[in-house]
Amino acid sequence: MNMMSATECLLQMCDEHLELEDYASGVPRWCTGCGDNAILAAVQRLCRDEGLRPEKTVFVSGIGCSSRFPHYMKTYGFHGIHGRALPIAEGVRMARPDLNVFVNTGDGDCCSIGAAHWIHAIRYNMNITVFLHDNQIYGLTKKQASPTSPIGTKSNTTPRGSYLEALNPLSVTLGVQNVSFVAQAVDWIPEVLFDIVRAAYHHKGLSFVRIVQRCPEWLPASLDPWLHDPNRVQLLNHENGLQSSAGLSRVYRNQLQHDPSNIDRAREIASSTDTVPVGILYRNPEVPCYEDLRRIDELRTPELTRAGLNAELDKYTVWPQEQKEMVA
Amino acid sequence: MNETTLQQSIKKTSKKSELTAIKPAPITLKEHIVEIISDSGEGAQKCGQSLGSIAAQMGNGIWTTEIIPAEIRPPARSVAGASGNRIRIGAGRITNGGDETDLVVAFNEQVLLGRVRAKELKPGCVILLESMWRAHADPKVVASYIETYDALVAAGYKVYEIPMELECRNHVADAKRGKNMFALGMLCYIYSLELKLAVDQIVQTFGKKDRSVVDANIRLLEAGHQWAQDNLDFCYCIPAQRSTEPQIVVNGNTALALGVLASGMEICAMYPITPATSASHYLSEVFEKVGGMVHQAEDEIAACAFAIGASYASKCTVTITSGPGYSLKQEAIGLAVMGEIPLVVVNVQRGGPSTGQPTKMEQGDLMTAIFGSHGDAPKVVMAPGTIEECFYSIITARKIAEAFNMVVVVLTDAGLATSQQPFPRPKFSESWMAPPIDQSPVPEGARPYDWDETTGLARRFIPGQPGGMHALTGLAHDRDSHVAYDAEINEQTLRFRSLKLAALQKTLKAPAVFGDRKGDLLVIGWGSTKGAIEEAVETMRAEGQKVSSTHLQFLQPLPPGIKEIMQGFKQVMTIENNWSDRPEDQIIDETNRRYSSLAILLRSRYLVDIDCWSEVKGQPIKPSTIRRVMNEKLKK
Repeated sequence: MNMMSATECLLQMCDEHLELEDYASGVPRWCTGCGDNAILAAVQRLCRDEGLRPEKTVFVSGIGCSSRFPHYMKTYGFHGIHGRALPIAEGVRMARPDLNVFVNTGDGDCCSIGAAHWIHAIRYNMNITVFLHDNQIYGLTKKQASPTSPIGTKSNTTPRGSYLEALNPLSVTLGVQNVSFVAQAVDWIPEVLFDIVRAAYHHKGLSFVRIVQRCPEWLPASLDPWLHDPNRVQLLNHENGLQSSAGLSRVYRNQLQHDPSNIDRAREIASSTDTVPVGILYRNPEVPCYEDLRRIDELRTPELTRAGLNAELDKYTVWPQEQKEMVA
Repeated sequence: MNETTLQQSIKKTSKKSELTAIKPAPITLKEHIVEIISDSGEGAQKCGQSLGSIAAQMGNGIWTTEIIPAEIRPPARSVAGASGNRIRIGAGRITNGGDETDLVVAFNEQVLLGRVRAKELKPGCVILLESMWRAHADPKVVASYIETYDALVAAGYKVYEIPMELECRNHVADAKRGKNMFALGMLCYIYSLELKLAVDQIVQTFGKKDRSVVDANIRLLEAGHQWAQDNLDFCYCIPAQRSTEPQIVVNGNTALALGVLASGMEICAMYPITPATSASHYLSEVFEKVGGMVHQAEDEIAACAFAIGASYASKCTVTITSGPGYSLKQEAIGLAVMGEIPLVVVNVQRGGPSTGQPTKMEQGDLMTAIFGSHGDAPKVVMAPGTIEECFYSIITARKIAEAFNMVVVVLTDAGLATSQQPFPRPKFSESWMAPPIDQSPVPEGARPYDWDETTGLARRFIPGQPGGMHALTGLAHDRDSHVAYDAEINEQTLRFRSLKLAALQKTLKAPAVFGDRKGDLLVIGWGSTKGAIEEAVETMRAEGQKVSSTHLQFLQPLPPGIKEIMQGFKQVMTIENNWSDRPEDQIIDETNRRYSSLAILLRSRYLVDIDCWSEVKGQPIKPSTIRRVMNEKLKK
């Protein structure tokens, strides 16, 4: 066995250590002040801090502003079609348990055109980290109401204000069987955003992170009441969840002790409308992952295939008489 | 059943036969078409399948076709409720379901009426009819039975009334469930098939169950055989020649699934849809044994997207569907085309459009397969023409998908899906399987879409390969997979993706010609019509007609050499199982006639006046129909 000298060891560590820029690709074409930038910064930091191998990491997205995300990561990326990021990511996960799989999806992508896949992705509970970039509006198609737009939102398709109550992605997610991780972050508190992204990454199962984010272009003032009044942000703390730092606690005094294993309480917190809960609402590491339930231990080798195919063919074979007797 | 019981029963049988009438000499036949029909759930399907397998083991050529009602449980004794199986047994190789039925076993007169009205029975054919209805408690049933019986006899059918249920009651308590084995016993006698083979079938089918079930079924089988011997005044013999090579007898869907096993693909993503689902049922049963898995997705789109995700990150994956599901997958298929992700999509066609005729056969999706998905989305389209080709086409499709990073669509149909035909047992070759995925570092400077100027081919980077990181996108993109805002780059990449089809076309062989290369009429077909067209051509050639046919397995790209083949004939036409406007309709003329799919393709490619004839009856086109059409064409 070759032993490395201490210097060699150090050199290799330096080689393998990656900096933020090693995960960055291109210049994001998001608007100034767009919440997507904050999410990108948090995720690149996660990759660096956790030392994720770029070639072993895949970001899958759908269509929309947020779904440009993979283009700005120097990892593998799959910028797919509208609403279908989740099933594509599930296919990647099933085929490749060795990869880190992330999904970036928007409120239109996930909660409208891809809603069916969203429900089922929670139920499959595959080990995928999902970021719902929720800016409550369709941005790339230039301002149409989305399912999460607050009632009364004026947009190009709802010039007199949107007609329906907004869909609550947290409540929906928490209502689906097999839910295993639900958290909420806001783009304007990067420290907590990062903590949540990291906790989501470390959770085994489908971690669903809704990130409430600003759209400076189409809904510039819609989140102002929450931005300007720290008391309308409620930080969720728990020894089994996140712990707010002292600095943060000085600004955000509205804090709640919440045990993330309590799903009933999580559902109550999720449905509050005047404050934005920020933190981990629910976490259950015991929910089985679909890929583990379905994983085949047998390697698909030619030998196995030959034996398996021949065993099947035997069931349907009409042998010539003499061979049949031989087989018998 | 153990050997002793079997010998005892055979002894018993032979002893009894000495006492009864002398067996009439069997009439030798070249071929016969037999049908067994009943209400749903009475086991006619099983009886028919067993008869087919026994005949195949005897060395006869067979083709079995399922007779399926559209509903799971149609009302009992209904004209539309016929469920069963149709078996064409021949002295030589049989390539299709053939024409009308020669002999039918019916468990009630209503399902029989359905078949008579569908003109599926040969005039004057033999009918073995369950007679219990004559003594039924309900006078309406009795009246209906007598009326039908009298009408059939008057119409010239040779109707034999058989107390099947009554006879079965001598052997089992619940005669309704075992009647099919009694029928199988009768048929074994009628066609001089070895009863031992039928016993083997029963042991194979019910072997896992209680011994008493096996024994009861064997008793019924023997009873049926004995009854037929004692009471029928005819029996047949279709000479058989046992094959020297092992053959396998499966339907098209099972063949597809076996092809998936053999191809080395690891994941099949699907959503339930008739008539494709049975392929996935079978695969679900066996795939895991060889390290594969079937994923039942939440919908058709998700099934396709899941398959694409798996293909992107690993080996080529397959998704199996039918018409409506194929429509739903179009956007995702376009993504695979754009991202150049290998993918095999199987479409077991059914009647369309919309929900159409889920259990019926049609070749209506050729145009959708070739031109489906918005924009220019070139993909490969193949269509197996036999059960055997269902197996091998999946292996070929997987190879092409990975060699060219393309979507390969395999079109079969409800006819192939449910028909059985023996073919030589495949001998597994390691070359059928995909090699392990490339995880080596990407060479310095290599680009994710480094298209070859001549062939349009580019090497694919797979996640896990160091240095190959890029964001695959459904947007127009350049060689670095960067979003192309430049229309010129978009045009170039359209060219590269299209060139791949041309590159594949250069590797294809010209299709074979069935018959002479020169003559009066050439018929071109595709998919499941192969056997019927070739049989019709063979018959007509034997009568001295100068006709030939050619059958296309590749529809996109079309193989080379078709034009040269067509030049040898005075007239060329396609025969297809999809819609074409009828020239005899008052307002149809050359300026508005919509041709059948393949005819449109060939006319546009070769600028030749190719005619077409088509029928959309939801079932295979009969060889006799094809002969009639060709004869009419020759007169023109």
